[in-house]
Amino acid sequence: MIIQHYLKDVKKGNISIKKTVKSILREAKTLNRKYNCFNVISEDLALELSEAQERNSKGRLAGLPISIKDCICVKNVESRAGSLILKDYKPPFNATIIQKLIDEGAIIIGKTSQDEFGFGGFSTNTDNIPKNPFDLDTSCGGSSGGSACFTQLTKNPHASISESTGGSIANPSSFCGVASLTPTYGLVSRYGLIDYANSLDKIGVMTKTTQEINPILDIIAGKDEKDSTSLSIKRNSDNKVKKIAIIKEAFEIENKEIKDLILSNIKDYDVISLPLNKKYSIPTYYIIAMSEASTNLAKYCGLRYGATLPLKGNFDTFFSKVRSEYFQKESKRRIILGTFARMSGFRDAYYLKAMKVRTLLINEYKKAFKKYDILISPTMPILPPKFSEINKLTPLQNYQMDALTVGPNLAGLPHTSVPTGFIGKFPVGTMLISNHLDEEKLLNFGEQIENRD
Amino acid sequence: MKIDKDLIKKIATNARLNLTESEVNEFLPQLKEILAAFEEIQKAPTKNIEPSFQPLEIKNITREDKVGTCLSQEEVLKNTKHKSNGYFKGPKAL
Repeated sequence: MIIQHYLKDVKKGNISIKKTVKSILREAKTLNRKYNCFNVISEDLALELSEAQERNSKGRLAGLPISIKDCICVKNVESRAGSLILKDYKPPFNATIIQKLIDEGAIIIGKTSQDEFGFGGFSTNTDNIPKNPFDLDTSCGGSSGGSACFTQLTKNPHASISESTGGSIANPSSFCGVASLTPTYGLVSRYGLIDYANSLDKIGVMTKTTQEINPILDIIAGKDEKDSTSLSIKRNSDNKVKKIAIIKEAFEIENKEIKDLILSNIKDYDVISLPLNKKYSIPTYYIIAMSEASTNLAKYCGLRYGATLPLKGNFDTFFSKVRSEYFQKESKRRIILGTFARMSGFRDAYYLKAMKVRTLLINEYKKAFKKYDILISPTMPILPPKFSEINKLTPLQNYQMDALTVGPNLAGLPHTSVPTGFIGKFPVGTMLISNHLDEEKLLNFGEQIENRD
Repeated sequence: MKIDKDLIKKIATNARLNLTESEVNEFLPQLKEILAAFEEIQKAPTKNIEPSFQPLEIKNITREDKVGTCLSQEEVLKNTKHKSNGYFKGPKAL
């Protein structure tokens, strides 16, 4: 049952909220044993919220179960962004979007598994690795792997709130065969997000089908005075899609089956070339993301929250010991690279240069949107890989898997991944990209081309 | 750009990380490969191009300087083992 129908039935009194919530909690526990999609199932909170809603159901999402990526703070529920350095951290506050969802009657059911701090494209850089719904030896994609996995598997009405820095929503939704929206940068408040890279992070939505995204987006979008980067302008209401184009370079991938499947599903398109994005988006993205990440991770030192050790030695010894003990390898690697790119002597050549190249890439997209409403690309250049294949990749090869998703993320452009059918047993996603604040066009067009068979 | 073990160790010290010798040995070829790929951006034509520190233009906003609600001292200290008399207790400064 799609979310809209469930909400209508709840309103009419045809469905018991408590029964639905109990059913999804049971389901989550069973699935979690096999698929590792949750770091925490917040049973007490879910039951408490469903009690209140059953007694006095109110709000635009009354009774809707929602799972939350681990990196978004939920009051008194362990929120550790997939990292051991935040083990046992129970935020004393709700992220703005969590409060908004609860105020509208949503039921928070748990925290979904992810790469540590979002550092990865396969959800393997963490202690709780989610497994692909279509093959247990295969990755869900990442970093929002747990969100996509559960969204695909659940038989109950449900949405998942996830987060993208360089493709962490689109990538797993493609690998798990679900719909998703990564909104315009700044459209959704990030107050209470355990941040990765501030000029890139965006909170978004995953659901089984594209048509279910809008009711959730309506609630979480909007200016928040607690997040100075949140936008005061609203998204455009015009949803008419007149002209579309496929991105030439994005279809120069090796996997012909992915290419053919996506192209067989669309018609009346032009072809546009974005050569600067092809050449520069990966290094530009990683320099910016790692630079910002290395400063964000400076706050984890075992003093105010999260994992710690006995207070021994001076500041430097104590902080270094805690950080070395609890950060996983990919975090250490990114801290080293990010710190390097910001060091005196190198800052202009890497960090500042990357920020300038980002302007070039944004301009290239903006020029394309003067002519086209939507640009089209495969979401991922490959089918979901097996864990044994991922283990053989070097870190650079890992980063290069993000080739198609980092562009729109760098430019803060909204994008959806739309389920497009299967190759063998694995799903394929089509990525639609629009101009800033044109989410309505994306969702409208996404609904038209969606194919879940 | 020449990256060697000493540079990695220096960066690690700056970033408050103690890397083991085996971590340094593992990272060295990986970082060399990654930085060589990052070099690509040096070729991008950015003369007279302004940096985009945010993807969209964002204006500074201010609010009235009024006291609002905030977390209590108890809530703020709830997540640490290191506290004393209502304060965080830190390691020695010297």
